[in-house]
Amino acid sequence: MKIHEYQAKQIFARYGVPIPAGDVASTPAEARAIAEKIGKRVVVKSQVHVGGRGKAGGIKLASNPDEAEQVASQILGMDIKGLTVEKVLVEEACNIAQEYYLGITLDRAAQKNLLMVSAAGGIDIEEVAESTPEKIARIHIDPAVGLREYQMRQALFSAGIERTAVNGAVKFLKALYKAYLDIDCSLAEINPLVLTGEGTLIAADAKINIDDNALYRHPDLAQFAEEGEDDPIEAEAHRRGLQYVRLGGEIGVIGNGAGLVMGTLDEVKDAGGAPANFLDIGGGAKAEVVANALDLVLSDPNVKGLLFNIFGGITRGDEVARGIIEGAKRVDVKVPIVVRLTGTNAEEGREILKSTDLVPAETMQEAAAKIVELAYR
Amino acid sequence: MSILVNKETKVVVQGITGREGQFHTRQMIAFGTQVVAGVTPGKAGQEVEGVPVFDTVAEAVSATGANVSVIFVPAAFAPDACLEAADAGVELAVLLTEGIPINDMVGVVHHIRHNTNTRLLGGNCPGLITPGECKVGIIPGNIVTPGPVGMIARSGTLAYEIVSSLTRNGLGQTTVVGIGGDPVPGTRFIDVLPLFEADPATKVIVMIGEIGGTDEEDAAEFIQTMKKPVVAFISGRTAPPGKRMGHAGAIVSGGKGTAKAKVEALTAAGVPVPESSRDIAALVQERLS
Repeated sequence: MKIHEYQAKQIFARYGVPIPAGDVASTPAEARAIAEKIGKRVVVKSQVHVGGRGKAGGIKLASNPDEAEQVASQILGMDIKGLTVEKVLVEEACNIAQEYYLGITLDRAAQKNLLMVSAAGGIDIEEVAESTPEKIARIHIDPAVGLREYQMRQALFSAGIERTAVNGAVKFLKALYKAYLDIDCSLAEINPLVLTGEGTLIAADAKINIDDNALYRHPDLAQFAEEGEDDPIEAEAHRRGLQYVRLGGEIGVIGNGAGLVMGTLDEVKDAGGAPANFLDIGGGAKAEVVANALDLVLSDPNVKGLLFNIFGGITRGDEVARGIIEGAKRVDVKVPIVVRLTGTNAEEGREILKSTDLVPAETMQEAAAKIVELAYR
Repeated sequence: MSILVNKETKVVVQGITGREGQFHTRQMIAFGTQVVAGVTPGKAGQEVEGVPVFDTVAEAVSATGANVSVIFVPAAFAPDACLEAADAGVELAVLLTEGIPINDMVGVVHHIRHNTNTRLLGGNCPGLITPGECKVGIIPGNIVTPGPVGMIARSGTLAYEIVSSLTRNGLGQTTVVGIGGDPVPGTRFIDVLPLFEADPATKVIVMIGEIGGTDEEDAAEFIQTMKKPVVAFISGRTAPPGKRMGHAGAIVSGGKGTAKAKVEALTAAGVPVPESSRDIAALVQERLS
């Protein structure tokens, strides 16, 4: 789960990390009020879940409350990489002398968490990693003993952080690491960590991704999840407990098992169609889940056809068939539906679907070809 | 021959009294697996499907000689269950549970790999099956048949899809191993490939990967040192970056884990990677004849 910059900063602040004075605004008037309260030059930052906000014009300076109101009105409602800006963070602008990068994330290849520090902060760390990897100091964290202070110093010194700032930066790393473990992050970043002209350190930007698997033990983070959904159908899927990803095309896809659904999306694309979504009903889904999935996918107005690909193992074909019929009753189905059912109780399922308008298919390739033909006819 | 499990394998089921545990114990026994013990803390003395239940894995192992454990316990308790199985000294612990926090698995995988003699398979995996001999986990028994193909897959249902097409085409399997869709799995492709390479009955290996991580690229490097032919498939070619496609591990992030990079690495290692899974059987057939 991605959370917004202002939320990540709230979390880091709880761990004693200094952050610029500021607050979040949904209207230009609110932005003005925050700027008045700060009483200094401010920066107005769009709160959306994508990188490159600055380049897209979603981050602007304002030297007084009038200007803050004006730039907030430009940024609010703006479209950044397909996402609409609904909130801006208005905060005191830092007097930047140096910008550093601090981050912890999972290194899947090493199966360990990885600390990264760079003196080339402020820009996309992936770009630094790509073009000048030697500018990033990396330390793998041993799960048994954790990240030690000497390792933090080692990383900071070898990254070329200003020597006078190293001891101060260790405090940021300790907080970053503690937050990373406490709230089960998959990524925690302070980028940039700003060394100001006055010689102080402050977290000018922050990013936290939380491991979805661990949300059950962080009920306090549920409010962030509510605000974190960018897409209304994805938000509804989340409420219904369905694994749904919107993809923007016209062919709705529902299947059981993530790998099988991904494989089905590939087949749809190869057949000349554009998938509207990924939806995995999981293992052992009952009719109710299937009905819920069907009506969710059809709530996307772009959908021109729907494909079910079910390989029964724990999931039973007759349950799926009953779910499809139940779901089709709930909504006015205007698009063709192709159903490929195989595995456990598939015959019973096919029997149930016999007397309907649903189009049967034997293999997933045939199913993909059929739905593409019917949907775009 | 086969790898990891065979007719001598003695299985202990952790979480045997739960709904899934009971159901799949029945299925495993019906397949012919020797399920010798179950574990549910506080329920020692009961029986499930005629299998005695113990309070701890250590007791189950010492009373029955179980050497493989299969774990059907909820995510919050699963890391502990893995460590308990390893502590009791089983050779293989098969973790089916989905949704375990990643940082928990970082610790569990690290400990089991470095401090114990146990191999952990999973989490979020369907288990493994040696046709005609032993099934540990939930892979449907009716889609496999004995033969010369070794199979390793990240995704469960996609493995079912492909294994049943192999079976339909008369291409049986030595062992089918589901390694699971989590970002920090106990067993990776590179851990299983050498086992198939060393198994005399396995003639061809089918490897089913998906987007996310670099395990397929690591496997491609290892395959260059192998003698046996490998056929691969990668799902998620059309998945957009930054979106988690169901499996916690199936995500393209930071430019890593794309299907394109995986297909390129495998192709460079001489491994055919068909665009459609329907072409796998023919490629396997070619390599057998």
